[in-house]
Amino acid sequence: MTLTGLPTSRRGFLGLGAAGLAAAALARPGRAQPIATTARIVIIGAGAAGTALANHLVQRLTGAQITIVDARAEHLYQPGLSLVAAGLKPAAYTLSRTTDWLPQGITLVSEHAAAIDPITKTVATTSGQNLSYDYLVVAPGLVLDHDAIEGFSLDLVGQNGIGALYAGPDHAARTWAAAAQFTETGGIGLFTRPATEMKCAGAPLKHTFLIEDIASRSAAAGKYEIHYAAPQQALFSVPIVHEKLRMLFGQRGIAAHYGRTLAAIDPGAKRATFVETVTDPVTRIETKSRVEMPYDYIHVIPPQRAPEVIRQSGLSWADKWTDQGWVEVDMKTLRHLRYPEIFALGDVAGVPKGKTAASVKWMVPVVEDHLIAAIEGREGTAVFDGYTSCPMITRVGRAMLIEFDYHNNLVPSFPGIIAPLEELWISWLMKEVALKATYNAMLRGRA
Amino acid sequence: MQELTFTTLIAVFEEIFGRGLFWAMVAAALVVTLAYLFVLVRDRSMSMRKFLLAQLSMPFGAVAAVIFVEVMTNSHLRDIGGPVDVIVLLGVAAMGAVGAAILVYTAQSLFFRTKTG
Repeated sequence: MTLTGLPTSRRGFLGLGAAGLAAAALARPGRAQPIATTARIVIIGAGAAGTALANHLVQRLTGAQITIVDARAEHLYQPGLSLVAAGLKPAAYTLSRTTDWLPQGITLVSEHAAAIDPITKTVATTSGQNLSYDYLVVAPGLVLDHDAIEGFSLDLVGQNGIGALYAGPDHAARTWAAAAQFTETGGIGLFTRPATEMKCAGAPLKHTFLIEDIASRSAAAGKYEIHYAAPQQALFSVPIVHEKLRMLFGQRGIAAHYGRTLAAIDPGAKRATFVETVTDPVTRIETKSRVEMPYDYIHVIPPQRAPEVIRQSGLSWADKWTDQGWVEVDMKTLRHLRYPEIFALGDVAGVPKGKTAASVKWMVPVVEDHLIAAIEGREGTAVFDGYTSCPMITRVGRAMLIEFDYHNNLVPSFPGIIAPLEELWISWLMKEVALKATYNAMLRGRA
Repeated sequence: MQELTFTTLIAVFEEIFGRGLFWAMVAAALVVTLAYLFVLVRDRSMSMRKFLLAQLSMPFGAVAAVIFVEVMTNSHLRDIGGPVDVIVLLGVAAMGAVGAAILVYTAQSLFFRTKTG
């Protein structure tokens, strides 16, 4: 084989390489001119949503006074908690520092917001500092109401077969300690979810599937049963996904109990008490009764609500989710319905779907668009359609890449290539390899 | 995923491996590829003897790539769940095979240059 007509000297060869590099450099897309403004923008919360928005805004604005209010020094990569609670990642996998992700040129107030006054447009912090704003973005996340489960407290996690992975990296690791014992000794595994809206409604199912999968390959194989108890009448809010999960539960021998809300646990006797709601099919009358279920391992997920500062500020819906207090925003623009200079992002937003980091990725550009439009004195055009993504892990090594919107439609990112309702290795690879990277890129405002 | 642009992809890969390691790997891949092209151009012919050894290294490269990906991602061959998974698996194997072949060929040409060629 002979090659002719190519520059064969070293100099010619290097020249060819240099030309290639120059072409690659020229191909970089240009950036829009930043907008000059003196607007004071306060962001409450330096989690996924607040941090990503701050990074977006500093790229778009010049001269703006951006203040981010959050007392937490640690940033949590919450999508990793399911992996920690299945022994697949160490707790440190989910931990970084809040300041690692924040851009230059903004002010971080390392305190909690204590009060919001939407009339005088001020935020008071726990030390009594008052921050005036022209635009406010509330993204403080949500709180886990562990006290609502009688007999349960966080210090029980990790012993006597009690797990609670939502509570943070340390508790997720302790959850695995309790679950790991179950996968060795077997018995009854009892998995729950709360009656309230919750962050990542797929996580209760992922934990169930993962622990069942690990138990089936461990010493407990053939010596355990798995029960999943949920207050709702479905396993998933999207009907087509519910049907798929119902079939998987059948194949895996996982018993589903609908209409059961966890009310109390007795750690000594290893019994959980549920309030069971049964609706008469003819009269539609609800009857409530208490049901006890024994367990050897229980996964507790408490009710979830907006932080107290939000619920006290008059920003919540008055007629919806009254026990939970999510912020009253337009579901398409995430703008407050009564205070147009206020936006809500992430878990705290009172919209029907979207308490996941994947939703945040889609919410942030929408708020960015409307906020910048408001600064420029025009109307924004971006719309959030409820996009939520859930890499539904069904086994160690397999997942379903489920993506959906407000209308319960599936909106696959890779239609015809990655089937949303198939248990695939590629979907697992995405969760395992690409998800945290995409999340980090999102935090930096680069994805 | 909202939009998958080239810059997003670069950002994601930087986050997976860390910025330094990612660009070091890109540089290593480029250096090996350029060295391969260089020896092709320099020698003006492919040595079939070297190519034979390069081909023999391909199955090892394929298997090594698959094992590397599976160990790095807590997965097994049993996790193959659909056609796209088979394509991904073959893709990983093919990349490993081609990478190994190029590496072996280039290494022989650069470091074990023989007159018989």
